[in-house]
Amino acid sequence: MRIGDYKESYSADEAVFRTGTVRVWMLLLFVAMAVFPFWAGPYLLYMANLTGVAIIAAVGLNILTGAAGQISLGHAAFVGIGAYTAAILTTRLGLPFLICLPLSGISAAFFGMIVGAPSMRMKGLYLCIATLAAQMIFEFIFVHWTSVTGGIRGINVPTASIFGISFDTEFKMYFITVPIMVIAVSAARNLFRTRVGRAFIAIRDRDISAELMGINLFQYKLYAFATSSFFAGVAGCLQVYILKIVTPEHFPLHESVRYLAMIIVGGLGSVLGSIFGAIFMTCVPEALQSLLSLFQGIDDKIMSYLYPLQTVVFGMLIVVFLVFEPHGLAEMWRRLKDYFRLWPFEH
Amino acid sequence: MDILAQLIVSGIAVGGVYALIALGFVVIYKATSIINFATGEFMMIGAYFFYTFLVMVGMPPIPSFLMVMLCSAMLGLFIERAILRHMLGQPTISIVMVTIGLSSILMGLAEMIWSTDFKNFPPLFPRAPIILGDIIIRSNLFWGFIVAMLAVAAFALLFKYAKVGVAMRATAGDQMAAFSMGINVRTMFTVAWSLGAIAAALGGVIIGNIGGIQPTLGNIGLKIFPVVILGGLDSIAGAVVGGFIVGLVENIAGGYLDPYVGGGVKDLAPFVVLVLILLIKPYGLFGKEDIERL
Amino acid sequence: MAILSVDNLSLSFGGLSVLNDISFSVNPGEIFAIIGPNGAGKTSILNCIGGFYKPSAGRISFDGKDITRTSPDRRAARGLARTFQNIALFRGMTVLDNIKLGAHAHLKTGLLRALAYWGPAHREEMTLREQVEQDVIDFLEIEAIRKQAVGSLAYGLQKRVELARALAMHPKVLLMDEPVAGMNAEETEDMARFVLDIQEERDITVVLIEHDMNVIMDISDRVMVVNFGQKIAEGTPDEVQSHPEVIKAYLGQKKD
Repeated sequence: MRIGDYKESYSADEAVFRTGTVRVWMLLLFVAMAVFPFWAGPYLLYMANLTGVAIIAAVGLNILTGAAGQISLGHAAFVGIGAYTAAILTTRLGLPFLICLPLSGISAAFFGMIVGAPSMRMKGLYLCIATLAAQMIFEFIFVHWTSVTGGIRGINVPTASIFGISFDTEFKMYFITVPIMVIAVSAARNLFRTRVGRAFIAIRDRDISAELMGINLFQYKLYAFATSSFFAGVAGCLQVYILKIVTPEHFPLHESVRYLAMIIVGGLGSVLGSIFGAIFMTCVPEALQSLLSLFQGIDDKIMSYLYPLQTVVFGMLIVVFLVFEPHGLAEMWRRLKDYFRLWPFEH
Repeated sequence: MDILAQLIVSGIAVGGVYALIALGFVVIYKATSIINFATGEFMMIGAYFFYTFLVMVGMPPIPSFLMVMLCSAMLGLFIERAILRHMLGQPTISIVMVTIGLSSILMGLAEMIWSTDFKNFPPLFPRAPIILGDIIIRSNLFWGFIVAMLAVAAFALLFKYAKVGVAMRATAGDQMAAFSMGINVRTMFTVAWSLGAIAAALGGVIIGNIGGIQPTLGNIGLKIFPVVILGGLDSIAGAVVGGFIVGLVENIAGGYLDPYVGGGVKDLAPFVVLVLILLIKPYGLFGKEDIERL
Repeated sequence: MAILSVDNLSLSFGGLSVLNDISFSVNPGEIFAIIGPNGAGKTSILNCIGGFYKPSAGRISFDGKDITRTSPDRRAARGLARTFQNIALFRGMTVLDNIKLGAHAHLKTGLLRALAYWGPAHREEMTLREQVEQDVIDFLEIEAIRKQAVGSLAYGLQKRVELARALAMHPKVLLMDEPVAGMNAEETEDMARFVLDIQEERDITVVLIEHDMNVIMDISDRVMVVNFGQKIAEGTPDEVQSHPEVIKAYLGQKKD
């Protein structure tokens, strides 16, 4: 229970973790994240790594779509560009992981700006359809530019290594993925404490008055596309080193939809929501699959009914959240916190 | 030359079917301003309805066809009432996502009900290909085109002359004004969803008759986006023109370029055209830019 | 030397003429009012000055420079601020963030520094917070609502927050579109007092559109009257009030 909200400086008033209680909880969370790999088995660590990747990508998409209001159906393509950049740089030029990582982000950001440049003149549905076209075009390139991308067979990637240490297990990869995820999340959080983040939200809420307030719409829409695809590219690079292979199958339209589903379920425009959404949309289907696999071998006919259930549940989650909780898990979390803030003296 | 003529003719034939499916999208957008990403799944479900009545129940083709229209109308009605009615006034992203979620649900349900196995309709038309001079058209494609054109014409007449069509156009023009003139706007939304579902379902039956059906058939629905961007999101005539253009573009581009890049051009070309058009005309070929006010 | 001058401004949409050959100039430090019947083109004049509408002919200069072809965001950065007839706050942000957004053009943090935050970005934000608190929030007496979402505020307060956002832009000229429309007597009085304070204490030139004649007559130094997109009179409030064209425009032509 905490009472009162008294600050002595503006700096304290604007801090991310504003009270001692919150700081203690954050510390506990970090401890838990540090201890987790020593307790978890390879499968859980594998899932944790993929979740970390999803969080980075979802945070990126939420900057573009949730905060700046530019709908993108092509986010998976940018994750793909990051992944292919990393794979090609490693296998062809032998560049080390630590150099591939930023370059993947930069290359995705570059293509993101190319796709985003026309967004100055397009709005809403038209932009949404244009990004759908971008997704289709990049997917085509991944499949058909065989000499560079390896076609449908893709590219096999060696394990990441930093200063001679080979990150060849899920356990070791965890210590790359999670810190980068934490950095990415903090960077996104920082963004919204400055004029850049405010400008994004202003563009989403009312682009015309944003421009009359001195915001250069073209510049900031490009910023949003660049930042969002940079996050996507970094996520793509990590994904390559976790899976050790990149193929076009990893970046279909459905994957773009999955990222959108994460930010819808988590909460549009909320960094915390992106995290919740990414965890939820990675873990729920996986849990469902494990549940279904219990029936495996008992009756194949039941399986043929149960397997498509995952597709139905995926769609249901999106629809149910949009109808009943449009602000997503982040809003549910806020209500839960409000409830416990004065607990047990809520009256 | 023969190849080109052949590609053009089959392009037009396929384009006619795209026009019908795009109509299913346009009808809904026009009346409700909702962009329906589940149009392709409406189409796929329509094809399965037809399969169910024709093959599983054993009804003759024409009654099966009528049953498809009835069932699709009910599906559209149900979806509008159960889901989209709650979404009025929500931002674009939410509406886009709700129809995407819907498409996922419909696809999963189709897999559960009809399994993922590939299915064919029994032959409905004479098998002999239609021969026009040097050009050969597959029988199913030819008849599909004829049926699609008849359906498009029927919808166009409905909108122009029938009372419900006029009311829908009024609703599309100005919801508040239509409401104050005694038109029940909510009923119009339901009607639009039912009609949209019917148009898409008929397109699905034709496509299914040409190439067989499976739950992923709905992916063809993505091609309506180039069609409607070309034709303007809310224009019926535009949907027809856009349908033909997309049919032609994908056939010609596919026919000439596929050998060089190893296939797939057919599915890509409409999107490349779409991007080029949006670069030049950000509101589509026939779309109107809204004058914004402060 | 005028701070804002509009020469032979015309605007049309398609074939429809909205503004026809309007010229006026505003002197530094004055309160200049534009009045006229509904649909006369008053808001269109502000939209042309702000850069949202592109005039079909004419020239606008501000602070000694021709800004006719300058983009809206650059005009804002040079010192043109605006409040709107239908409140145009950013509903997804708090009052404080809305006000901070007004200072956008005066801040320097770029994308990379924003992502890193600690260091220059943090220092800039803290200075900004202090400035905004002292110059704007205290001045407009909105301390109590600074952390609230703007959507939850009463209408009169929303108008005040909009003014706060405009002040955070450190404008040389403030364009106000119907600042007291829809307000009760008390709120109207407050707003009129704020406008006078802004002019007197901060040397900000104010161009305002208003229907409330009492407010216009009380606070404005000069008044311009427009009707059907044309300027029909200009002068002190008293002069304008007795101008025959103005009476005709407001009361309609007398039938002979």
